[in-house]
Amino acid sequence: MAMESPAVEIVDLVKRYGGTTAIDGLSLRAERAAVTAVLGPNGAGKTSTVEICEGFRAADSGTVRVLGLAPDRPELRPRVGVMLQAGGVPPAMRCGEWLRLVSRFYARPLDSGALLARLGLSDHVRTPYRRLSGGQQQRLSLAAAVIGRPELVFLDEPTAGLDPQARHACWELVGELRQAGVSVVLTTHHMDEAERLADHVVIIDRGRVVAEGTPASLTGAERQLRFRARPGLALEELLNALPAGSAAKESPAGHYIIEGLVGPELLATVTAWCAAEGVTADDLRIERRTLEDVFLELTGRELR
Amino acid sequence: MSGRERGSGGAAALDFTPAPGAAPFPRMVLAQAGAEIRAMLRNGEQLLLTLIIPVLLLVGFSLAPLIDVGGGRRIDFLAPGVLALAVMSTAFTGQAIATGFERRYGVLKRLGATPLSRAGLMMAKTAAVVAVEGIQAVLIVAVGLALGWRPQGSFLGAALLVVLGTAAFSGLGLLMAGVLRAEATLAAANLVYLVLLGAGGVIFPLSKFPEGVRPVLEALPISALTGGLRSVLAEGAALPLGPLAVLAAWAVVSLALVSRTFRWE
Repeated sequence: MAMESPAVEIVDLVKRYGGTTAIDGLSLRAERAAVTAVLGPNGAGKTSTVEICEGFRAADSGTVRVLGLAPDRPELRPRVGVMLQAGGVPPAMRCGEWLRLVSRFYARPLDSGALLARLGLSDHVRTPYRRLSGGQQQRLSLAAAVIGRPELVFLDEPTAGLDPQARHACWELVGELRQAGVSVVLTTHHMDEAERLADHVVIIDRGRVVAEGTPASLTGAERQLRFRARPGLALEELLNALPAGSAAKESPAGHYIIEGLVGPELLATVTAWCAAEGVTADDLRIERRTLEDVFLELTGRELR
Repeated sequence: MSGRERGSGGAAALDFTPAPGAAPFPRMVLAQAGAEIRAMLRNGEQLLLTLIIPVLLLVGFSLAPLIDVGGGRRIDFLAPGVLALAVMSTAFTGQAIATGFERRYGVLKRLGATPLSRAGLMMAKTAAVVAVEGIQAVLIVAVGLALGWRPQGSFLGAALLVVLGTAAFSGLGLLMAGVLRAEATLAAANLVYLVLLGAGGVIFPLSKFPEGVRPVLEALPISALTGGLRSVLAEGAALPLGPLAVLAAWAVVSLALVSRTFRWE
């Protein structure tokens, strides 16, 4: 038996639209039965990458394999579930009618009523798609992506436009898919989503992978000390008092971040310095770097 | 089990364990055809074009002496023309508009990600068009008979004309929907419907048009269908070869163009 191929394997993918290069030599690998998050700002190439994997668009160069096959192979269609970023449903089609229709394309679908109930759409079975709220439309699309019991699902910004409660319901569903052995590839520009859901995070910017790894390996063991105080403190003085290799910055005004060997000594030094300056450090806390920080460091830009 | 509470609604536990597989091809096509038929019958504007206008034209023009059909009974002239109009309204106008908006709303794209193949989708669309044409035919024939229509000729010949007409009009409708924006398709498909209703021998005989334009008008698919149906149902012809050839040519050319130009997204 050949070794099982990964859920998705992309090598040196290039995609251009006219004169713009949307994907510029991107490589990534999504393992089976794991959640892979493709993280990046709008326009980074997330949707293009996913839509090439879904067989909607052709690559200009590079190789893409989905479950070991070229993405346009028809035998992938029953095995891969797809949630588009938006639309895909006739506006007059009723919510329950659409899900039942999609379920009839599969040999062993989930029960559409149970799935609608699970996603909180039971009261909208007879509601036409165009009358659903944005969040309800998203949840219906998510339902349609998983109803055929696929091996792999692509979710393009699954929680965009969802209220916090629906967002958590979606996260819970992704967790269940993973537990059931489904491979999940999702795109997001929400850091917390990637940190919370993903086994593997691929950060992309301008069509390239800028970093990848587990959320923990990306954010590293490094921690930060953060506090708020009046703007314009003379941080150079503080830096002199801190161990070599520490860094201090004010961003935005009045918000201070100290990086380095964050331990009891550093904490004591900072509070002592604040006391000497006659400054009350407010909301002082120690935390790990976030993916947001990682992204900012790698690209010099904010994620959103 | 953690005993974690499910959301309200008491949803049964769902087993997401992968069990992929496509449904049998006929089941997929039937499911999609059913959805297409429901969509057509639910759409008010489309019902106006496919059922109400043809029936009103049939009743109105057969009762009121507004047109000169050039000898013979008015109803015998009108019923075949209205049948042809019904075919055009469903296969061309309705299908062009519906497909244009399906493309615009990403429905064709989304269906492309399911096991239903493009060939399966086209078969479902065709089946839905044929089913709606069946409903139209029953209604128009019933109203026509009630108005004293006495059809004759070969059923097979009429059916062959309708099949080729459906293919030609579907090809033209999909050609339009696959290339133009949805709004442009909506406008153009309605305009073409009106023009062909007026100039295609549906209710106004082509013999009333100037000699010079008649060959052009006779080459239109609607004229071939109205003329062909009339020569079978009113004059008792067996197989009107001329109209059949015109319709076949439109079908071959338009469907060939569709397969080369249709954009799914």
